[in-house]
Amino acid sequence: MTRRASLALAMLALLLAAGATRAERPSLRVGSKSFTESYILAEIVAQIIDETGEARAERRLGLGGTGLAWGALAGGAIDIYPEYTGTIAQAILKEPALTSVGAMRAALDAQGVVVSVPLGFDNTYALAVRRDEATRLGLRTIGDLARHPGLRAAFDAGFLERADGWAGLRRHYGLRLTDVRIMEHALTYPALAAGRVDVIDVFSTDGRLARLDLVLLADDRRFFPDYTAVLLARRALAENFPRTWAALQRRLGGRIDNATMARLNALADLERRSFAEAAATFLGRTSAPPPRRRVGELATLTLEHLELVAVSLAAAVLLGLPLGILAARRRRLAQAELMGVGVLQTIPALALLSFMIPLFGIGQAPALVALSLYALLPIVRTTHAGISSLDPRLTEMTTVLGLRGWRRLAWIELPLASVTIMAGIKTSAVLTVGTATLAAFVGGGGYGTLIVTGLALNDVGTILAGAIPAAMMALLIHAAFEALDRVVVPRALRAAASAAR
Amino acid sequence: MIALRHVTKRFGNRVALDDISLTVEPGRTHVLLGSSGSGKSTILRIVLGLLRPDAGDVTVDTDSAAGPPTRHIGYVVQEGALYPHLTAARNVMLPARAAGWSVERQTARLEALAALVELEPELIRRYPHELSGGQAQRVSLMRALMLDPPVLLLDEPLGALDPITRASLQAQLVRIFGELRKTVVLVTHDVREAFVFGSVITLLSHGRVVQQGTLADLAQRPADPFVSEFLSAQAPPLAMTRELRR
Repeated sequence: MTRRASLALAMLALLLAAGATRAERPSLRVGSKSFTESYILAEIVAQIIDETGEARAERRLGLGGTGLAWGALAGGAIDIYPEYTGTIAQAILKEPALTSVGAMRAALDAQGVVVSVPLGFDNTYALAVRRDEATRLGLRTIGDLARHPGLRAAFDAGFLERADGWAGLRRHYGLRLTDVRIMEHALTYPALAAGRVDVIDVFSTDGRLARLDLVLLADDRRFFPDYTAVLLARRALAENFPRTWAALQRRLGGRIDNATMARLNALADLERRSFAEAAATFLGRTSAPPPRRRVGELATLTLEHLELVAVSLAAAVLLGLPLGILAARRRRLAQAELMGVGVLQTIPALALLSFMIPLFGIGQAPALVALSLYALLPIVRTTHAGISSLDPRLTEMTTVLGLRGWRRLAWIELPLASVTIMAGIKTSAVLTVGTATLAAFVGGGGYGTLIVTGLALNDVGTILAGAIPAAMMALLIHAAFEALDRVVVPRALRAAASAAR
Repeated sequence: MIALRHVTKRFGNRVALDDISLTVEPGRTHVLLGSSGSGKSTILRIVLGLLRPDAGDVTVDTDSAAGPPTRHIGYVVQEGALYPHLTAARNVMLPARAAGWSVERQTARLEALAALVELEPELIRRYPHELSGGQAQRVSLMRALMLDPPVLLLDEPLGALDPITRASLQAQLVRIFGELRKTVVLVTHDVREAFVFGSVITLLSHGRVVQQGTLADLAQRPADPFVSEFLSAQAPPLAMTRELRR
């Protein structure tokens, strides 16, 4: 009993420690989506916030898409994040006809969100050619391609098929290229550099543009939608932290052109610099501001991850045990119940997480709920199986001996089924350590943060920095639960089990 | 007293008990004898209230005004059905713990029962898997007697034991039943065991009572050929001498 109590205390202490990292200065939560450019811009914003000194930046980076990032801002889970005008019009306001920043500003104002002055670059589709070729043929705009129908083009399948891709572009500019082939996007760059093709589709701030000395053909007849970068912030940020908001607009407004953004992207994508270093480079510092120590960062992530696992597992046990017991008592209900819990398990984890956003916002809450639901199945199943498969002679005897209700459950059924139930909880615990890495997509923290960053950078090292500790934690937690067996499972049952082996 | 009147029990299409009427006098040991499937265990389970008869009625003189479900009956089954996660002592005290007895009262009763069944004191701290079959059955009997019920039901209590243990436990049980003067119903398929225990024997076959009476009644005045057949089938020496005489 004392061992059990001390275990509970240790858990509690762990949770408190994880929660106690909140601090002195008011914090502003900076969000980003999970791709390099968004990470870098958010990091620049965070560093400017810290420099200005009105508030402390809290990073909520790597949110898994526009829906999550905007949902987080609108729901008040973050205060600011970088966005693109094209996305604002189409995905957020769902008014594709809206093009001016002023109109967007007016529309978003109603939702308590302010829009910064444009940062200067436009991350949209573009066509790229080699610089020497451009000089030789005098290519400056997309329209210039019409004079050279013999140029070989390689386009990504998506660009080739979209209405606002090649089909529309060709009509808009009256182009007639004879040699157009489909090629995987990542392969078009080396193909262009090697001279095997002459024109490819790119994103206008891709880091590889500068590296490979490519030039973009100007969209002078404005076919591609405008994806001008801006900052979206909650109005409260602009009102309560006026110096910060002014500093952000002054130092970023119109200061980042396409070439600059491409260079910063190249720093992270191609030269393996951290987002913080890339941001520091832009802000004119030689090195990143006191970079968070790797070890310290790992400790924070470990605590976050443990918290996710501990809380969601505890919730799953608190919910799963009664559900399993209920299923064992009511045979008819059992089928429906096990099926329901089973269906939960078939929902892809990311989908389940995204369903949680409208209900619980972003951060830990939606992750905890989703993880708890995921952890439910093994616990409910083994509790049901453990109790309903007990020797009927033993369960029948409870009635004869006058054991009813909770006594029958607590004195006989749960102890006898404990080996099986613990196996289910163990399975859930190990699964949850793995699934919890997905929490990063909704800003839930944990080792997944490194994995999401690594995926954005296509950097296996960073992915492993998150994946290996997660695997180790799974092993440790498994070992911890083996030890817990000694507390929970009656001694004689363990002896009998090992004798049976 | 236990009385069954015209009790019928079906499991699906199978008739387990077919119009059984049976009276067990208080303070007597009554043996239900029959081969497996004859319905003898089903009778015990109906008396215990674990099963409900499809027709007929059952009265047990320990029934309170409210009647079942809390029948005050001790029950011992083959191999004991002791709880493997509890020590022998914990198993024995379980019904008293559920009934809210004080620890002192539980311990005193435990010691008295250990003396009654002649169980060595150190065995009481052991877990069931550390006990022999005979020891486990004595612990199981202690548990059945813990609340001192007036009625004791035993379902093949010695069925899983080796012949030597079985013989010594038989003698011990006969002595204990004599001392306690409880109403005992003992189920067995073993003719000789029936003769050892039973002042009254009820022979069952296919859910029906074939004959009821003393050993002498059954042996000397068999109600029908099945009775002689059943008795002789389990008495090989007797059968063999008959064969040899031919």
